[in-house]
Amino acid sequence: MLKLRDGVVELYRKVATSLPPDVEEAVRAAGIQEAEGSAAASTLSVITENIRGARETFRPMCQDTGVPVFYVKVPVGLSHAELKSTILEATREATQKVPLRPNAVDVITEKNSGDNTGEGFPVIYFEETAAGTLTIDLMLKGAGSENAGQLYKLPLSEIGAQRDLEGVRRCVLDAVQKAQGKGCPPYIIGVGIGATKDQVTRLAKEQLMRKLTDSSKIAELAYLEQRLLGDINSLGVGPMGLGGRTTALGVKIGVNHRHPASYFVDVSIGCWAMRRGRLIW
Amino acid sequence: MLGNAKGTAHMVGPRNLTLPLTAEDVLSLKTGDIVLLNGPLVTGRDKVHKYLVEKRPQKADIPFEIAGSVLYHCGPIMRKTDTGFTVVAAGPTTSIRVEMYEAEVIRQYGLRGIMGKGGMGEQTLRAMQEAGCVYLHTIGGAAAYLADRIQRTIDVWKLEEFGTTEAMWRFEVESFPAIVTMDAHGNSMHKEIEQESFRRFSELLRSTQ
Repeated sequence: MLKLRDGVVELYRKVATSLPPDVEEAVRAAGIQEAEGSAAASTLSVITENIRGARETFRPMCQDTGVPVFYVKVPVGLSHAELKSTILEATREATQKVPLRPNAVDVITEKNSGDNTGEGFPVIYFEETAAGTLTIDLMLKGAGSENAGQLYKLPLSEIGAQRDLEGVRRCVLDAVQKAQGKGCPPYIIGVGIGATKDQVTRLAKEQLMRKLTDSSKIAELAYLEQRLLGDINSLGVGPMGLGGRTTALGVKIGVNHRHPASYFVDVSIGCWAMRRGRLIW
Repeated sequence: MLGNAKGTAHMVGPRNLTLPLTAEDVLSLKTGDIVLLNGPLVTGRDKVHKYLVEKRPQKADIPFEIAGSVLYHCGPIMRKTDTGFTVVAAGPTTSIRVEMYEAEVIRQYGLRGIMGKGGMGEQTLRAMQEAGCVYLHTIGGAAAYLADRIQRTIDVWKLEEFGTTEAMWRFEVESFPAIVTMDAHGNSMHKEIEQESFRRFSELLRSTQ
């Protein structure tokens, strides 16, 4: 699987050094929305210049190349174990070649593995597909934004959140209000609603893989995504938390069925440098 | 360029500052001021802060002078070359993670500036006011842009023990942009923006339709 390994190394390079066109366009459009001469406009103009510079010089746009998260759709008959080992080899190679920052730290010894591999690192999700092609999606999400995420168990009286979509709306606003500028806004917000903690955190992060132009196919959620975007942008947190009109570029919500007794909501916060990409094999 | 909490402009050009900063420099800075840093600064993040507070190394144990320095919260991507290290990407990391250490680090080591992103809390703000230190906010994620404003790597401390991400690097910077968001007079733009956004948040919770 030598060729696939090279493909994954190039996927790493592409994702670390260039933003998807929809995100780059949203950052550029946000710059026009901000008041001329404001902290927000100036911040976004530096960010835009950084995006261009990183792409042209093939350097990571952010020094935190994050925890790599792979979503792999595997055709019937292809070995998951072999794919995993190819992804790990590609990760070691990409860490040297791109380069990526070594981010995998042993919790007991505090030693950095130096190559971005370790227990559960990178994160890889496999799913079988009836399609004939292998699809590898990669997200590089920095820790600043990862740390700003929140898990909620409803009901939650502090914010008056009941077990309904209004309660979900309150959770999202609370998470963004608490995050302020710590996770590098303008943010892209992924929300997962469902029965168990492990399921909603994964679901919320998966929403970050959706294009900014994508709306939920469920009318109630599509409405809530739009409404939340407006609400969040009225908070005034602004780019990098220095004030302004753009606190988020998009809100994406996913749902699973819930248990009668459980209503978990996870809010995954993505920074403006929402690095994602796809390799089709 | 960069402005205040309401997003309105000060419309003054950036001020060039030569590092290390003097007490006079620090006292003359106010929140909202845009600055360009020129000269040597040091980096330090989670491990450096924990070490400085728990092990209390003497100034003689640190291979370069950090008194008067700007301490930049940054874990860069470095590339090893035949002659040393070059900086590939070097944006700020989230400063609030070292809130429990920073006040003591400022007081013990005489820092004049802390640079990072996201701002810091009350303890640090008080220490800055007492000791004469400012918080400089630079642009998160703009790592390639900011690396281009680092002229060279002068020295490094704790490279073997902490690794390239967590070591204390000494860099020479030129025209490195930042905005003063916490000054030595007890003002914090972060506090103001948070209060204003909390007011709006409370309003949004009242309007359920």
